[in-house]
Amino acid sequence: MKKFWKTGEPYVLVSGAALAIMLVMTLALAGVIMTNGLGYFWPRALVKLELKDGSFALGQVMQKEKNPISGIRRFQLKVGNRDIFGQDFRWVDEQDIVSRTMPADAVLLERREHGNYFGFLQGVTADGLALTAAAPYEKLQQGLKLVSAKLDDTDDIKKKMSNLNYTAESLRLKLLKLEYRGKEKNAAEIGEVTAVREKALAEFTALNEQFAKIQAGIGTVTAQFTDVTGAGKDIALVDIIALQRPNSMSFLAKCGAYFERLRELLLDDPRESNTEGGLFPAIFGTVMMVMLMSVFSLPFGVVAAIYLREYAREGLMTRMVRIAVNNLAGVPSIVYGVFGLGFFVYGIGGSIDSLFFPERLPTPTFGTGGILWSSLTLALLTVPVVIVATEESLASIPKGIREGSLALGATKFQTLTKNLLPMATPGIMTGLILSMARAAGEVAPLMIVGVVKLAPTLPFDMNFPFFHMDRKFMHLGFHIYDVGFQSPNVEAAKPMVYVTTMLLLAIVVVACSTAIYLRNRMRRKYTSSTF
Amino acid sequence: MPQTNEQAVNSNILSVSGLNLHYGEAHALKDVNLDMARHQVTAFIGPSGCGKSTLLRCFNRMNDLVESARIEGSIRFNGDEINDSSTDVITLRRKIGMVFQQSNPFPKSIYENIVYGLRIAGVNDKATLDETVERSLKSTAIWNEVKDRLNDSALGLSGGQAQRICIARAIAVNPEIILMDEPCSALDPISTLKIEELIEELKSKYTIVIVTHNMQQAARVSDVTAFFYLGELIEAGGTRKIFTNPEKKQTEDYITGRFG
Repeated sequence: MKKFWKTGEPYVLVSGAALAIMLVMTLALAGVIMTNGLGYFWPRALVKLELKDGSFALGQVMQKEKNPISGIRRFQLKVGNRDIFGQDFRWVDEQDIVSRTMPADAVLLERREHGNYFGFLQGVTADGLALTAAAPYEKLQQGLKLVSAKLDDTDDIKKKMSNLNYTAESLRLKLLKLEYRGKEKNAAEIGEVTAVREKALAEFTALNEQFAKIQAGIGTVTAQFTDVTGAGKDIALVDIIALQRPNSMSFLAKCGAYFERLRELLLDDPRESNTEGGLFPAIFGTVMMVMLMSVFSLPFGVVAAIYLREYAREGLMTRMVRIAVNNLAGVPSIVYGVFGLGFFVYGIGGSIDSLFFPERLPTPTFGTGGILWSSLTLALLTVPVVIVATEESLASIPKGIREGSLALGATKFQTLTKNLLPMATPGIMTGLILSMARAAGEVAPLMIVGVVKLAPTLPFDMNFPFFHMDRKFMHLGFHIYDVGFQSPNVEAAKPMVYVTTMLLLAIVVVACSTAIYLRNRMRRKYTSSTF
Repeated sequence: MPQTNEQAVNSNILSVSGLNLHYGEAHALKDVNLDMARHQVTAFIGPSGCGKSTLLRCFNRMNDLVESARIEGSIRFNGDEINDSSTDVITLRRKIGMVFQQSNPFPKSIYENIVYGLRIAGVNDKATLDETVERSLKSTAIWNEVKDRLNDSALGLSGGQAQRICIARAIAVNPEIILMDEPCSALDPISTLKIEELIEELKSKYTIVIVTHNMQQAARVSDVTAFFYLGELIEAGGTRKIFTNPEKKQTEDYITGRFG
């Protein structure tokens, strides 16, 4: 027995078990998120229940559970029609159910407002639209297609209007600037700019009228529905985003609907205070913020590490710097947020505003949270990781390489750029990977320095200078918090939490795998087989 | 000064006088006086820690890298003081090449390894580089082995080949002296033999100073041998004389294997 302990076998078993548990937990984490998130988009059947009290209910079964005391099973039913019933969900005891059917003509509507509508189609009022189909469902489908085509036309107008709006606003600021500098002195220029602005505004008004006309034209087209209680409801076609008859859909059709929802998730804007629709602005914001963060933290960290390792004289000072760097990595992230607010936002941002954008004051430009300050704050948070990784990898380069290079008449700088840095690159990349993963998931500091629930514009658009560093942005991590805990309808938003989490994970995984792939390629190039 | 050294310049390429070196508290070289003649192979022998490698590293000022090193005395290369603050270390190291105990090819292609010294000196003319690669690889007798894979990584070479690449790399910048710090200690006997043959050939063009633990090697390749013990130069002279008729008792004891 004693011998058994001596061999070290038990310790190997224990460490193996620990590893296995870690793996299982990681897989479980991914599994829970994936099953909860991915299942959300699958078109579930609409079940019509006849209850003992003579009423009916129509909805999708979300979960089943057994009351632990009475042993009665009950279902959570998503009944939709929030505007009519006041809530999206209700619980139904199994013993109250008289009969259960799946009516083939039950329709599911995704609406622009008030969540889903479950009910039965009665007819379509097709004034103004030439609808040829006979059956009401096909007629409605045709009508929706026509309406969405018209809406696409309005998109173009909307884009033009937003550009005009942007131009008018920048002209207004220019005018203000000129006026501050002296009304009489710049009278000629003021007149010029005013004329241009008036023209833009007139154009804007014209487009707006055109837009309103189109909208009014299609707004009158409605479809009539009745819900399960028999109450009728008229819904305008413009308010309908998607139309399904889940009970009579084939498997392929369901797949189609599933992928359509996935596409919407990745490429569309959110609706209904973020609980519905897509996540594109949040995905974009997260990726852009992480990239900006890398752009700041990587060069800064690498240069700092090079100085520390290669040039600074070993002594009290470098030791202190090293301790400080290591401690920086352990500071709670919210502290960075507060620092970012005080230093970047109010300090630097405020100075930039008073120097470069005085005409906009008191409306702040850079003196308020924005993607630039968020990236800088996170860069500060992650720079210790890059410094430590770079230092480690520089330290692990064999002495022979430095000596060999110097002995050939290379300067220290040449040795660094020609030999040491390329060899240290895999290690530096490791640091970058770790810092990207950390930055992508960080929420607390961002809430202070620039993340918002709903950003009206992306930090990148076609208006010069394309990247608008002063803009606030959306972030997947904050989105999870906001949707899951701050939205008016937490229960309905729960699946969205999982979906968003899944996306955040996916982004981290994609970013890190890319970096790992690059690192491995480099590592192969610089493997030191002779040492 | 250069005028009075005219004679010395012609025959002695390196001359060390009154050299003392301290690593912090440790006195690593004690009052060393030694002249090395042009186009000769000088071997430094002695037990571990006797200071022979330290002296070698003084010649191209590699001891600059050691912060605690303190050097007194004079080393003259072609009559010019090496340790002078006005001496350009870069130029000096280009004239005095070095080969290390562990072969240290850079993680680059064989070609880029050879032309490294030229590239950092600012030479980028393709024809010159090609010509240099061929010349240096031929003079280290490795051309036939690697000429078809010049663009492969130098890390894939065997120990002996890598060491010859390192010698070729040193030769590529046309040095006057090649310092070799136990170049064969990590190699097998056949590779060692090849390096020794190489030293024999290189002698006609370059002055070679070699540190070795292997006394047979010193006897085989060198013209002059210097024996060090505990930081002191005990005896220096013609190799044959040192190995057959040493003047000092310590030298004789070491050579006959009684200690060290």
